[in-house]
Amino acid sequence: MIEFDHVHKAFGNHVVIEDLSLRVEDGEFFVLVGPSGSGKSTLLRTVNRLTHIDRGQVRVHGKDVATQPIEALRRGIGYAIQSVGLFPHRTVAENIAAVPHLLRWPQKQIDERVAELMALLKLDEPGMADRYPDTLSGGQAQRVGVARALAARPKIVLMDEPFGALDPLTRESLQASVKAIQKETGTTILFVTHDMDEAFRLGDRVALMLDGRLAQVGTPLELIRSPADERVNEFVGGTRAYLRELAVRCVRDSMRRDESADGDAIAPGATLQEALGLMLEKRRDRLAVAGGGAILLADIVARPR
Amino acid sequence: MKTWLPPLILLALLVALPHAGPLFHAWLPDLSHPLYWRTSFTELALSHALLVATATVVAVVVGLSLGILATRPAGRSLLPTVRAVAVIGQTFPPVAVLAIAVPLLGFGAAPTLLALSLYGVLPVLGQTVAGLDQVPVSALHAADGMGYGRWRRLWEVELPLAAGPIMAGVRLSAIVSVGTATIGSAVGAATLGAPIVEGLVGNNTAYVVQGALLVGALALTVDGLLGFVENRIRRPPA
Repeated sequence: MIEFDHVHKAFGNHVVIEDLSLRVEDGEFFVLVGPSGSGKSTLLRTVNRLTHIDRGQVRVHGKDVATQPIEALRRGIGYAIQSVGLFPHRTVAENIAAVPHLLRWPQKQIDERVAELMALLKLDEPGMADRYPDTLSGGQAQRVGVARALAARPKIVLMDEPFGALDPLTRESLQASVKAIQKETGTTILFVTHDMDEAFRLGDRVALMLDGRLAQVGTPLELIRSPADERVNEFVGGTRAYLRELAVRCVRDSMRRDESADGDAIAPGATLQEALGLMLEKRRDRLAVAGGGAILLADIVARPR
Repeated sequence: MKTWLPPLILLALLVALPHAGPLFHAWLPDLSHPLYWRTSFTELALSHALLVATATVVAVVVGLSLGILATRPAGRSLLPTVRAVAVIGQTFPPVAVLAIAVPLLGFGAAPTLLALSLYGVLPVLGQTVAGLDQVPVSALHAADGMGYGRWRRLWEVELPLAAGPIMAGVRLSAIVSVGTATIGSAVGAATLGAPIVEGLVGNNTAYVVQGALLVGALALTVDGLLGFVENRIRRPPA
């Protein structure tokens, strides 16, 4: 659990975070989204004290971070950044092992954990463990970066635009990996991005940050359907926001179980966006759903139940 | 050049030169003493090497410490000064340093050691600062975020990444010292410069050649050995 309690931060006269309070629950995938300069990265860095706050309190698991030994605090929190920051003089395996190594895990345990993470993040092509970072593609490097952040099984992981520099395909694949791992392990993730689609795809809850304040906090659907004000509406995308909504909702929740359709079936866990895409591709207005039932164009358009 | 070649040449010279009297006599028949005899070449070479080694160790300790200090947040304000001193210092001829050291310390090995150390600090310092400066900021940021302490970050991240440039500085410092130590014999230090200086004063070309051959071989040996160390330290292997 991460709690921000009336946090205030200014660089000189420029206020970056203004009297901000927020609570991120255990096991939650929480996304801070906002334009550049909105203070979201700064807010993230107050958690592991890379940024010192002027007023207020940040608590991790109920304890004020300012009172904790800084190195122990940071070793207990995973951290992944856009520039990745792999150590060029260390191999992939050594990079992933960085925090367990700092925590003096036994070597055997470190080796096992590294192998596990490399499989989990699809880094298991032969010879990968002994390669140096300068031989990796951007996507591979960021996979190593994420593996390194998760290595010591932290309860909390901070991610600062980790996929910002990747091409769309690589980004989607990494988003899926991280989301799956997060669900599996119940890790609390605080994730910063300026990409609304990424925020809605990943976040259990999303906070839109504007000018150092939280404009709105809620689930992706809440932000899309009932934006708090005009600025939120504008940022979420106005009528285009409803297209984003399709990416958040899944077939299972809108389908009809008592209907059927011909042709290839779509998975019940697929998003409505994928269903609509498939309908457009096939030029049909109904699709079979794997395991029985069907989804109709009308179900996609209809106000959700 | 292969690493083992220069030490082999040096060794061969040390063995062969004392017996090369007839050779030099044949080349320069007018000289009454065609072979330097006051001290053995091996003794001079050892004393020369010891002087260089001591000076290099001092230079590395001082240069590395100053370089690290100047790149810490607390020492950042010193950085421009340190850089300027390192650059200006390089333009100083070593002879001048020696000339300043003698009035302070008298004749013998001491002023030579001081001159060599002072002059040797500069390349190490300059390269340490340059090396630490080019460590990727993202790696440092990541190290901080993961809970590397200040010293740990320095030891495990910064110094290994700066090792290449730093070793290049150490190498340069040692080689310059090999050459400069030669002049040390002018102020009474026992070095391979002795035959050279005496040869120049007494118009004995054979002495000069003997000294120069040995100094050259020693410089190549030192360069080769430190180059070998530098290659081992660089990781990933370039």
